[in-house]
Amino acid sequence: MIEVINLSKSFGELQVLKDVNITIRKGEKVVVIGPSGSGKSTFLRCLNCMEVPTSGNIFFHGVDLADQKVDINIHRQKMGMVFQHFNLFNNKTVLQNIMLAPVYVEKKRMRKLRRSNPENEKIKTVAEIKKEAKANAMELLKRIGLEDKAGEYPSRLSGGQKQRVAIVRALAMNPDVMLFDEPTSALDPEMVGEVLELMKELAHEGMTMVVVTHEMGFAREVADRVVFMADGYIAEEGSPEQLFGNPQNPRTQHFLQSIL
Amino acid sequence: MGNFGAKIDKFLDIFIDADGYKTVLEGLGNTLKIAVLGLVIGIIIGTLIATVRVIPKYKLLPRILNSICSFYVAFFRGTPMVVQLLLSYYVALPLMGINLPSVSVAVVVFGLNSGAYISEIMRGGILSVDPGQMEGGRAMGLTFGKTMTAIVIPQAVKNILPTLGNEFITLIKETSVVSFVGALDLYVAFNRIGSNSYEFMVPYLVMAVIYIILVLIISGLVKVMERSLRKSDRSH
Ligand SMILES: Nc1ncnc2c1ncn2[C@@H]1O[C@H](COP(=O)(O)OP(=O)(O)O)[C@@H](O)[C@H]1O
Ligand SMILES: [Mg+2]
Repeated sequence: MIEVINLSKSFGELQVLKDVNITIRKGEKVVVIGPSGSGKSTFLRCLNCMEVPTSGNIFFHGVDLADQKVDINIHRQKMGMVFQHFNLFNNKTVLQNIMLAPVYVEKKRMRKLRRSNPENEKIKTVAEIKKEAKANAMELLKRIGLEDKAGEYPSRLSGGQKQRVAIVRALAMNPDVMLFDEPTSALDPEMVGEVLELMKELAHEGMTMVVVTHEMGFAREVADRVVFMADGYIAEEGSPEQLFGNPQNPRTQHFLQSIL
Repeated sequence: MGNFGAKIDKFLDIFIDADGYKTVLEGLGNTLKIAVLGLVIGIIIGTLIATVRVIPKYKLLPRILNSICSFYVAFFRGTPMVVQLLLSYYVALPLMGINLPSVSVAVVVFGLNSGAYISEIMRGGILSVDPGQMEGGRAMGLTFGKTMTAIVIPQAVKNILPTLGNEFITLIKETSVVSFVGALDLYVAFNRIGSNSYEFMVPYLVMAVIYIILVLIISGLVKVMERSLRKSDRSH
Protein backbone atom coordinates (compact mmCIF):
# COMPACT_ATOMS: atom_id res chain seq x y z
CA MET A 1 0.00 0.00 0.00
CA ILE A 2 2.86 2.34 0.86
CA GLU A 3 6.23 1.87 -0.73
CA VAL A 4 9.08 4.07 0.40
CA ILE A 5 12.12 4.09 -1.86
CA ASN A 6 15.45 5.71 -0.98
CA LEU A 7 13.78 8.35 1.16
CA SER A 8 16.13 11.07 2.38
CA LYS A 9 15.30 14.24 4.22
CA SER A 10 17.56 17.08 5.27
CA PHE A 11 16.81 20.19 7.26
CA GLY A 12 19.46 22.54 5.92
CA GLU A 13 22.79 20.88 6.67
CA LEU A 14 21.29 18.28 8.95
CA GLN A 15 20.44 15.03 7.22
CA VAL A 16 17.70 13.46 9.29
CA LEU A 17 16.67 10.54 7.06
CA LYS A 18 19.22 8.58 5.07
CA ASP A 19 18.02 6.31 2.29
CA VAL A 20 15.09 4.76 4.05
CA ASN A 21 13.39 1.88 2.22
CA ILE A 22 10.29 0.16 3.49
CA THR A 23 7.09 -1.34 2.17
CA ILE A 24 3.91 -1.33 4.19
CA ARG A 25 1.29 -3.80 3.05
CA LYS A 26 -2.46 -3.49 3.36
CA GLY A 27 -3.60 -4.44 6.85
CA GLU A 28 -0.08 -4.49 8.20
CA LYS A 29 0.78 -2.93 11.57
CA VAL A 30 4.25 -1.47 11.66
CA VAL A 31 5.63 -0.11 14.91
CA VAL A 32 8.57 2.28 14.70
CA ILE A 33 10.83 2.58 17.72
CA GLY A 34 14.13 4.30 18.32
CA PRO A 35 15.89 6.89 20.43
CA SER A 36 14.70 10.47 20.48
CA GLY A 37 16.01 12.47 17.52
CA SER A 38 16.57 9.40 15.37
CA GLY A 39 14.11 10.65 12.74
CA LYS A 40 10.96 8.67 13.59
CA SER A 41 8.61 11.66 13.40
CA THR A 42 10.26 12.96 10.26
CA PHE A 43 9.89 9.54 8.66
CA LEU A 44 6.20 9.38 9.56
CA ARG A 45 5.60 12.93 8.39
CA CYS A 46 7.26 12.20 5.06
CA LEU A 47 4.74 9.42 4.45
CA ASN A 48 1.95 11.99 3.95
CA CYS A 49 4.36 14.71 2.84
CA MET A 50 3.82 16.90 5.88
CA GLU A 51 7.58 17.09 5.43
CA VAL A 52 8.56 17.24 1.78
CA PRO A 53 11.21 14.56 1.12
CA THR A 54 14.56 15.87 -0.07
CA SER A 55 14.85 12.86 -2.34
CA GLY A 56 13.25 9.49 -2.86
CA ASN A 57 9.75 8.27 -3.60
CA ILE A 58 6.68 7.57 -1.51
CA PHE A 59 4.27 5.41 -3.48
CA PHE A 60 0.76 5.34 -2.05
CA HIS A 61 -1.68 3.26 -4.10
CA GLY A 62 0.91 3.49 -6.85
CA VAL A 63 1.08 7.30 -6.90
CA ASP A 64 4.35 8.99 -6.00
CA LEU A 65 3.46 11.51 -3.30
CA ALA A 66 6.94 13.02 -3.44
CA ASP A 67 6.08 14.28 -6.92
CA GLN A 68 5.35 18.00 -6.52
CA LYS A 69 2.67 17.84 -9.20
CA VAL A 70 0.51 15.42 -7.20
CA ASP A 71 -2.47 16.96 -5.41
CA ILE A 72 -1.33 15.87 -1.98
CA ASN A 73 -4.59 16.85 -0.24
CA ILE A 74 -6.55 14.12 -1.97
CA HIS A 75 -4.11 11.48 -0.76
CA ARG A 76 -3.88 12.87 2.75
CA GLN A 77 -7.62 12.43 3.03
CA LYS A 78 -6.98 8.70 2.89
CA MET A 79 -4.09 8.78 5.38
CA GLY A 80 -5.25 9.50 8.91
CA MET A 81 -2.65 11.10 11.15
CA VAL A 82 -2.66 11.20 14.94
CA PHE A 83 -0.27 13.53 16.73
CA GLN A 84 1.36 13.51 20.13
CA HIS A 85 -0.42 16.74 21.03
CA PHE A 86 -3.77 15.79 19.48
CA ASN A 87 -4.07 18.95 17.37
CA LEU A 88 -7.83 19.10 17.77
CA PHE A 89 -9.25 22.34 16.40
CA ASN A 90 -9.60 24.56 19.48
CA ASN A 91 -12.26 26.79 17.96
CA LYS A 92 -14.52 23.88 17.06
CA THR A 93 -16.62 21.60 19.21
CA VAL A 94 -15.89 17.89 19.33
CA LEU A 95 -18.65 17.22 16.80
CA GLN A 96 -17.45 20.02 14.49
CA ASN A 97 -13.90 18.68 14.73
CA ILE A 98 -15.05 15.34 13.38
CA MET A 99 -17.44 16.74 10.75
CA LEU A 100 -15.26 19.49 9.31
CA ALA A 101 -13.13 17.57 6.83
CA PRO A 102 -15.77 15.04 5.67
CA VAL A 103 -18.25 17.86 4.99
CA TYR A 104 -15.59 19.89 3.19
CA VAL A 105 -14.54 16.99 1.00
CA GLU A 106 -18.09 15.93 0.19
CA LYS A 107 -19.13 19.49 -0.68
CA LYS A 108 -16.17 19.76 -3.02
CA ARG A 109 -17.05 16.43 -4.62
CA MET A 110 -20.66 17.50 -5.15
CA ARG A 111 -19.56 20.77 -6.74
CA LYS A 112 -17.41 18.87 -9.18
CA LEU A 113 -20.24 16.43 -9.89
CA ARG A 114 -22.67 19.25 -10.54
CA ARG A 115 -20.28 20.88 -12.96
CA SER A 116 -19.69 17.71 -14.95
CA ASN A 117 -23.24 16.39 -14.86
CA PRO A 118 -25.84 18.84 -13.55
CA GLU A 119 -28.74 16.43 -14.08
CA ASN A 120 -27.21 13.81 -11.81
CA GLU A 121 -29.73 12.71 -9.20
CA LYS A 122 -27.08 11.69 -6.73
CA ILE A 123 -26.08 15.30 -6.05
CA LYS A 124 -26.64 15.95 -2.35
CA THR A 125 -27.60 19.25 -0.83
CA VAL A 126 -25.39 20.84 1.81
CA ALA A 127 -27.99 19.97 4.43
CA GLU A 128 -27.91 16.32 3.40
CA ILE A 129 -24.12 16.25 3.45
CA LYS A 130 -24.09 17.72 6.94
CA LYS A 131 -26.75 15.37 8.18
CA GLU A 132 -24.82 12.36 6.95
CA ALA A 133 -21.55 13.61 8.38
CA LYS A 134 -23.21 14.31 11.69
CA ALA A 135 -24.77 10.87 11.90
CA ASN A 136 -21.41 9.31 11.12
CA ALA A 137 -19.63 11.54 13.67
CA MET A 138 -22.14 10.67 16.39
CA GLU A 139 -21.69 6.99 15.56
CA LEU A 140 -17.93 7.37 16.01
CA LEU A 141 -18.40 9.28 19.27
CA LYS A 142 -20.71 6.59 20.55
CA ARG A 143 -18.07 4.05 19.75
CA ILE A 144 -15.64 5.79 22.11
CA GLY A 145 -18.34 6.55 24.65
CA LEU A 146 -18.11 10.32 24.24
CA GLU A 147 -21.40 11.13 22.55
CA ASP A 148 -22.30 13.34 25.51
CA LYS A 149 -19.21 15.48 24.74
CA ALA A 150 -20.29 16.26 21.18
CA GLY A 151 -21.02 19.90 21.97
CA GLU A 152 -17.95 20.51 24.14
CA TYR A 153 -14.82 22.34 23.09
CA PRO A 154 -11.56 20.35 23.20
CA SER A 155 -10.27 22.38 26.16
CA ARG A 156 -12.91 20.71 28.32
CA LEU A 157 -11.73 17.17 27.56
CA SER A 158 -9.08 15.12 29.35
CA GLY A 159 -5.95 14.19 27.41
CA GLY A 160 -7.16 10.66 26.83
CA GLN A 161 -10.52 11.90 25.60
CA LYS A 162 -8.83 14.40 23.29
CA GLN A 163 -6.66 11.72 21.74
CA ARG A 164 -9.57 9.35 21.24
CA VAL A 165 -11.54 12.14 19.57
CA ALA A 166 -8.49 12.87 17.39
CA ILE A 167 -8.40 9.21 16.35
CA VAL A 168 -12.07 9.06 15.40
CA ARG A 169 -11.75 12.41 13.66
CA ALA A 170 -9.20 10.76 11.39
CA LEU A 171 -11.42 7.68 11.04
CA ALA A 172 -14.31 9.85 9.86
CA MET A 173 -12.48 10.18 6.53
CA ASN A 174 -12.41 6.38 6.08
CA PRO A 175 -8.65 6.35 5.71
CA ASP A 176 -6.75 3.46 4.16
CA VAL A 177 -3.91 3.84 6.62
CA MET A 178 -3.48 5.47 10.02
CA LEU A 179 -0.22 7.12 11.04
CA PHE A 180 0.40 7.60 14.77
CA ASP A 181 3.22 9.76 16.13
CA GLU A 182 3.71 8.91 19.80
CA PRO A 183 -0.02 9.11 20.47
CA THR A 184 0.32 8.39 24.20
CA SER A 185 3.51 10.32 25.02
CA ALA A 186 1.73 13.48 26.14
CA LEU A 187 -0.82 11.66 28.27
CA ASP A 188 -1.02 11.18 32.01
CA PRO A 189 -0.22 7.52 32.72
CA GLU A 190 -3.77 6.65 33.74
CA MET A 191 -5.04 7.72 30.30
CA VAL A 192 -2.60 5.77 28.18
CA GLY A 193 -4.66 2.58 28.45
CA GLU A 194 -7.85 3.95 26.93
CA VAL A 195 -6.01 5.25 23.86
CA LEU A 196 -4.05 2.02 23.36
CA GLU A 197 -7.28 0.03 23.70
CA LEU A 198 -8.86 2.02 20.87
CA MET A 199 -5.76 1.54 18.73
CA LYS A 200 -5.82 -2.21 19.38
CA GLU A 201 -9.46 -2.28 18.32
CA LEU A 202 -8.51 -0.61 15.05
CA ALA A 203 -5.72 -3.10 14.58
CA HIS A 204 -8.07 -6.03 15.07
CA GLU A 205 -10.47 -4.57 12.54
CA GLY A 206 -7.70 -4.79 9.99
CA MET A 207 -6.65 -1.15 9.73
CA THR A 208 -3.24 -0.57 8.17
CA MET A 209 -1.21 1.22 10.84
CA VAL A 210 2.20 2.84 11.21
CA VAL A 211 2.81 3.66 14.86
CA VAL A 212 5.74 5.51 16.37
CA THR A 213 5.66 4.68 20.06
CA HIS A 214 7.60 3.87 23.19
CA GLU A 215 4.88 1.48 24.35
CA MET A 216 6.73 -1.79 23.93
CA GLY A 217 3.79 -3.80 25.30
CA PHE A 218 1.66 -2.45 22.48
CA ALA A 219 4.37 -3.21 19.94
CA ARG A 220 4.67 -6.82 21.15
CA GLU A 221 0.93 -7.36 21.11
CA VAL A 222 -0.08 -5.60 17.92
CA ALA A 223 2.88 -5.21 15.58
CA ASP A 224 3.39 -7.45 12.58
CA ARG A 225 6.76 -5.80 12.20
CA VAL A 226 8.90 -3.61 14.43
CA VAL A 227 11.27 -1.12 12.87
CA PHE A 228 14.17 0.22 14.89
CA MET A 229 15.46 3.60 13.71
CA ALA A 230 18.77 5.13 14.67
CA ASP A 231 20.46 8.20 13.21
CA GLY A 232 18.07 8.39 10.29
CA TYR A 233 18.56 4.79 9.21
CA ILE A 234 16.39 1.77 9.64
CA ALA A 235 18.95 -0.06 11.74
CA GLU A 236 16.97 -3.24 12.17
CA GLU A 237 13.52 -4.61 11.50
CA GLY A 238 11.68 -7.81 12.17
CA SER A 239 8.81 -9.46 13.97
CA PRO A 240 8.34 -8.37 17.60
CA GLU A 241 9.65 -11.78 18.71
CA GLN A 242 12.83 -11.36 16.70
CA LEU A 243 13.46 -7.75 17.49
CA PHE A 244 12.68 -7.84 21.19
CA GLY A 245 13.75 -11.44 21.83
CA ASN A 246 16.87 -11.65 19.76
CA PRO A 247 18.04 -8.25 18.49
CA GLN A 248 21.02 -8.49 16.13
CA ASN A 249 22.20 -4.90 15.94
CA PRO A 250 24.19 -3.72 18.99
CA ARG A 251 22.36 -0.39 18.82
CA THR A 252 19.03 -2.16 19.07
CA GLN A 253 20.30 -4.18 22.00
CA HIS A 254 21.56 -1.05 23.69
CA PHE A 255 18.32 0.83 23.07
CA LEU A 256 16.13 -2.00 24.35
CA GLN A 257 18.27 -2.32 27.47
CA SER A 258 18.07 1.39 28.12
CA ILE A 259 14.29 1.52 28.07
CA LEU A 260 13.56 -1.62 30.08
CA MET B 1 -18.58 80.92 37.19
CA GLY B 2 -21.43 83.09 35.96
CA ASN B 3 -19.31 83.58 32.91
CA PHE B 4 -19.24 79.81 32.30
CA GLY B 5 -23.01 79.62 32.72
CA ALA B 6 -23.37 82.22 29.98
CA LYS B 7 -21.08 80.19 27.73
CA ILE B 8 -23.27 77.13 28.29
CA ASP B 9 -26.36 79.15 27.42
CA LYS B 10 -24.70 80.36 24.25
CA PHE B 11 -23.77 76.80 23.30
CA LEU B 12 -27.26 75.46 23.98
CA ASP B 13 -28.74 78.32 21.93
CA ILE B 14 -26.92 77.14 18.88
CA PHE B 15 -26.91 73.42 19.70
CA ILE B 16 -30.65 73.18 20.23
CA ASP B 17 -32.38 76.26 18.88
CA ALA B 18 -30.24 76.78 15.80
CA ASP B 19 -30.27 73.03 15.00
CA GLY B 20 -26.58 72.65 15.90
CA TYR B 21 -27.38 69.15 17.14
CA LYS B 22 -28.20 68.12 13.57
CA THR B 23 -24.72 69.09 12.46
CA VAL B 24 -23.28 67.22 15.44
CA LEU B 25 -25.33 64.12 14.63
CA GLU B 26 -24.17 64.23 11.03
CA GLY B 27 -20.59 64.69 12.18
CA LEU B 28 -20.93 61.82 14.65
CA GLY B 29 -22.44 59.68 11.91
CA ASN B 30 -19.55 60.42 9.55
CA THR B 31 -16.97 59.81 12.26
CA LEU B 32 -18.50 56.42 13.04
CA LYS B 33 -18.98 55.58 9.38
CA ILE B 34 -15.36 56.34 8.53
CA ALA B 35 -14.04 54.47 11.56
CA VAL B 36 -16.34 51.43 11.27
CA LEU B 37 -16.11 50.98 7.50
CA GLY B 38 -12.40 51.77 7.65
CA LEU B 39 -11.98 49.04 10.25
CA VAL B 40 -13.97 46.52 8.21
CA ILE B 41 -11.96 47.24 5.06
CA GLY B 42 -8.81 47.23 7.16
CA ILE B 43 -9.59 43.81 8.63
CA ILE B 44 -10.21 42.35 5.18
CA ILE B 45 -7.05 43.83 3.68
CA GLY B 46 -5.04 43.11 6.80
CA THR B 47 -6.12 39.47 6.90
CA LEU B 48 -5.27 38.97 3.23
CA ILE B 49 -1.85 40.54 3.63
CA ALA B 50 -1.11 38.63 6.84
CA THR B 51 -2.09 35.38 5.12
CA VAL B 52 0.18 36.11 2.17
CA ARG B 53 3.00 36.81 4.60
CA VAL B 54 2.70 33.46 6.38
CA ILE B 55 2.35 31.31 3.23
CA PRO B 56 5.43 29.09 2.86
CA LYS B 57 7.68 30.80 0.32
CA TYR B 58 8.97 27.94 -1.82
CA LYS B 59 7.29 29.14 -4.98
CA LEU B 60 7.66 32.29 -7.02
CA LEU B 61 4.10 33.61 -6.79
CA PRO B 62 3.98 33.79 -2.98
CA ARG B 63 7.34 35.56 -3.05
CA ILE B 64 6.13 38.20 -5.48
CA LEU B 65 2.91 38.72 -3.54
CA ASN B 66 4.94 38.97 -0.38
CA SER B 67 7.11 41.76 -1.82
CA ILE B 68 4.05 43.70 -2.94
CA CYS B 69 2.54 43.38 0.52
CA SER B 70 5.77 44.50 2.19
CA PHE B 71 5.83 47.60 0.04
CA TYR B 72 2.18 48.33 0.77
CA VAL B 73 2.67 48.04 4.51
CA ALA B 74 5.84 50.13 4.43
CA PHE B 75 4.09 52.90 2.48
CA PHE B 76 1.00 53.16 4.65
CA ARG B 77 2.88 52.88 7.92
CA GLY B 78 5.63 55.20 6.78
CA THR B 79 3.54 58.22 5.83
CA PRO B 80 1.10 60.24 7.94
CA MET B 81 -2.60 59.58 7.43
CA VAL B 82 -3.13 63.25 6.51
CA VAL B 83 -0.65 62.89 3.66
CA GLN B 84 -2.39 59.75 2.39
CA LEU B 85 -5.72 61.54 2.57
CA LEU B 86 -4.48 64.64 0.77
CA LEU B 87 -2.68 62.58 -1.88
CA SER B 88 -5.82 60.57 -2.55
CA TYR B 89 -8.25 63.45 -2.56
CA TYR B 90 -6.21 66.12 -4.33
CA VAL B 91 -3.78 64.07 -6.43
CA ALA B 92 -4.67 60.45 -7.16
CA LEU B 93 -8.41 60.74 -7.73
CA PRO B 94 -8.30 63.94 -9.83
CA LEU B 95 -5.53 62.37 -11.96
CA MET B 96 -7.78 59.39 -12.54
CA GLY B 97 -10.66 61.72 -13.24
CA ILE B 98 -12.72 60.28 -10.43
CA ASN B 99 -14.95 62.48 -8.32
CA LEU B 100 -15.92 61.06 -4.94
CA PRO B 101 -17.47 62.68 -1.84
CA SER B 102 -14.83 63.39 0.77
CA VAL B 103 -16.40 61.00 3.29
CA SER B 104 -16.12 58.12 0.81
CA VAL B 105 -12.50 58.99 0.12
CA ALA B 106 -11.90 59.06 3.86
CA VAL B 107 -13.49 55.61 4.28
CA VAL B 108 -11.23 54.12 1.60
CA VAL B 109 -8.06 55.81 2.87
CA PHE B 110 -8.81 54.79 6.45
CA GLY B 111 -9.41 51.24 5.23
CA LEU B 112 -6.16 51.13 3.26
CA ASN B 113 -4.25 52.66 6.13
CA SER B 114 -5.63 50.45 8.88
CA GLY B 115 -5.18 47.45 6.57
CA ALA B 116 -1.43 48.01 6.82
CA TYR B 117 -1.49 48.19 10.61
CA ILE B 118 -3.97 45.35 11.01
CA SER B 119 -1.88 43.11 8.73
CA GLU B 120 0.94 43.32 11.26
CA ILE B 121 -1.43 42.73 14.17
CA MET B 122 -3.05 39.83 12.32
CA ARG B 123 0.31 38.32 11.43
CA GLY B 124 1.22 38.32 15.10
CA GLY B 125 -2.15 36.74 15.84
CA ILE B 126 -1.65 34.01 13.24
CA LEU B 127 1.86 33.26 14.49
CA SER B 128 0.52 33.00 18.04
CA VAL B 129 -1.80 30.15 17.03
CA ASP B 130 -0.28 26.74 17.81
CA PRO B 131 1.29 25.41 14.57
CA GLY B 132 -0.36 22.10 15.46
CA GLN B 133 -3.69 23.63 14.37
CA MET B 134 -2.44 24.10 10.82
CA GLU B 135 -0.84 20.65 10.88
CA GLY B 136 -4.05 19.07 12.11
CA GLY B 137 -5.95 20.59 9.21
CA ARG B 138 -3.38 19.90 6.52
CA ALA B 139 -2.92 16.30 7.68
CA MET B 140 -6.64 15.72 7.09
CA GLY B 141 -6.25 16.88 3.52
CA LEU B 142 -7.70 20.35 3.98
CA THR B 143 -6.06 23.00 1.80
CA PHE B 144 -3.93 25.78 3.25
CA GLY B 145 -6.72 28.26 2.52
CA LYS B 146 -9.47 26.20 4.12
CA THR B 147 -7.39 25.50 7.23
CA MET B 148 -6.53 29.16 7.44
CA THR B 149 -10.10 30.44 7.18
CA ALA B 150 -11.82 27.75 9.22
CA ILE B 151 -9.23 27.11 11.94
CA VAL B 152 -6.30 29.49 12.18
CA ILE B 153 -7.78 32.92 11.44
CA PRO B 154 -10.73 32.57 13.86
CA GLN B 155 -8.26 31.72 16.63
CA ALA B 156 -5.92 34.50 15.57
CA VAL B 157 -8.78 37.01 15.66
CA LYS B 158 -9.65 35.90 19.15
CA ASN B 159 -6.05 36.44 20.23
CA ILE B 160 -5.87 39.93 18.77
CA LEU B 161 -9.33 41.15 19.65
CA PRO B 162 -8.13 43.60 22.32
CA THR B 163 -5.55 44.99 19.90
CA LEU B 164 -8.19 45.30 17.17
CA GLY B 165 -10.34 47.19 19.66
CA ASN B 166 -7.45 49.57 20.21
CA GLU B 167 -7.03 49.97 16.46
CA PHE B 168 -10.70 50.90 16.21
CA ILE B 169 -10.28 53.46 18.98
CA THR B 170 -7.24 54.89 17.19
CA LEU B 171 -9.31 55.16 14.00
CA ILE B 172 -12.11 56.98 15.80
CA LYS B 173 -9.63 59.46 17.20
CA GLU B 174 -7.83 59.92 13.89
CA THR B 175 -11.03 60.71 12.00
CA SER B 176 -10.50 64.34 12.95
CA VAL B 177 -7.99 64.60 10.09
CA VAL B 178 -10.77 64.27 7.51
CA SER B 179 -11.50 67.96 7.97
CA PHE B 180 -8.42 68.45 5.74
CA VAL B 181 -10.45 67.26 2.76
CA GLY B 182 -13.58 69.08 3.84
CA ALA B 183 -15.55 66.20 5.34
CA LEU B 184 -17.92 66.93 8.20
CA ASP B 185 -16.91 64.90 11.22
CA LEU B 186 -17.41 65.35 14.95
CA TYR B 187 -14.58 67.89 15.19
CA VAL B 188 -15.84 69.96 12.24
CA ALA B 189 -19.36 69.94 13.68
CA PHE B 190 -18.30 71.38 17.00
CA ASN B 191 -15.90 73.75 15.31
CA ARG B 192 -18.85 75.16 13.37
CA ILE B 193 -20.88 75.64 16.52
CA GLY B 194 -17.90 77.39 18.08
CA SER B 195 -17.44 79.66 15.07
CA ASN B 196 -21.12 80.59 15.01
CA SER B 197 -21.15 81.56 18.67
CA TYR B 198 -17.58 82.93 18.83
CA GLU B 199 -17.25 80.65 21.84
CA PHE B 200 -15.17 77.47 21.70
CA MET B 201 -14.81 76.42 25.31
CA VAL B 202 -18.08 74.54 25.77
CA PRO B 203 -18.30 73.03 22.26
CA TYR B 204 -14.81 71.54 22.52
CA LEU B 205 -15.51 70.29 26.04
CA VAL B 206 -18.68 68.55 24.87
CA MET B 207 -16.77 67.18 21.88
CA ALA B 208 -14.12 65.71 24.17
CA VAL B 209 -16.79 64.10 26.33
CA ILE B 210 -18.42 62.53 23.26
CA TYR B 211 -15.07 61.11 22.11
CA ILE B 212 -14.47 59.67 25.58
CA ILE B 213 -17.94 58.13 25.72
CA LEU B 214 -17.39 56.56 22.28
CA VAL B 215 -14.11 55.08 23.40
CA LEU B 216 -15.63 53.76 26.63
CA ILE B 217 -18.49 52.12 24.74
CA ILE B 218 -16.10 50.44 22.31
CA SER B 219 -13.85 49.21 25.11
CA GLY B 220 -16.93 47.75 26.79
CA LEU B 221 -18.06 46.02 23.61
CA VAL B 222 -14.61 44.53 23.05
CA LYS B 223 -14.65 43.13 26.61
CA VAL B 224 -18.07 41.55 26.04
CA MET B 225 -16.91 40.00 22.77
CA GLU B 226 -13.74 38.68 24.35
CA ARG B 227 -15.72 37.05 27.11
CA SER B 228 -18.08 35.31 24.71
CA LEU B 229 -15.21 34.17 22.49
CA ARG B 230 -13.31 32.80 25.45
CA LYS B 231 -16.06 30.21 25.88
CA SER B 232 -14.01 27.68 23.94
CA ASP B 233 -11.02 28.18 26.24
CA ARG B 234 -12.68 27.34 29.51
CA SER B 235 -11.32 24.10 30.82
CA HIS B 236 -12.29 21.80 33.65
N1 LIG C 1 11.47 21.23 11.08
C1 LIG C 1 12.73 20.91 11.47
N2 LIG C 1 13.74 21.75 11.24
C2 LIG C 1 15.01 21.44 11.61
N3 LIG C 1 15.35 20.30 12.22
C3 LIG C 1 14.37 19.40 12.48
C4 LIG C 1 13.02 19.66 12.12
N4 LIG C 1 12.28 18.59 12.50
C5 LIG C 1 13.13 17.72 13.06
N5 LIG C 1 14.39 18.19 13.06
C6 LIG C 1 15.60 17.49 13.55
O1 LIG C 1 15.60 16.22 12.96
C7 LIG C 1 16.07 15.26 13.86
C8 LIG C 1 15.06 14.12 13.94
O2 LIG C 1 13.88 14.60 14.52
P1 LIG C 1 12.58 13.71 14.68
O3 LIG C 1 12.21 13.14 13.38
O4 LIG C 1 11.57 14.56 15.36
O5 LIG C 1 13.08 12.56 15.65
P2 LIG C 1 12.26 11.61 16.61
O6 LIG C 1 10.83 11.73 16.27
O7 LIG C 1 12.83 10.27 16.36
O8 LIG C 1 12.55 12.06 18.00
C9 LIG C 1 16.30 15.96 15.17
O9 LIG C 1 17.67 16.23 15.29
C10 LIG C 1 15.51 17.22 15.03
O10 LIG C 1 16.11 18.26 15.77
MG1 LIG D 1 9.17 12.40 17.44
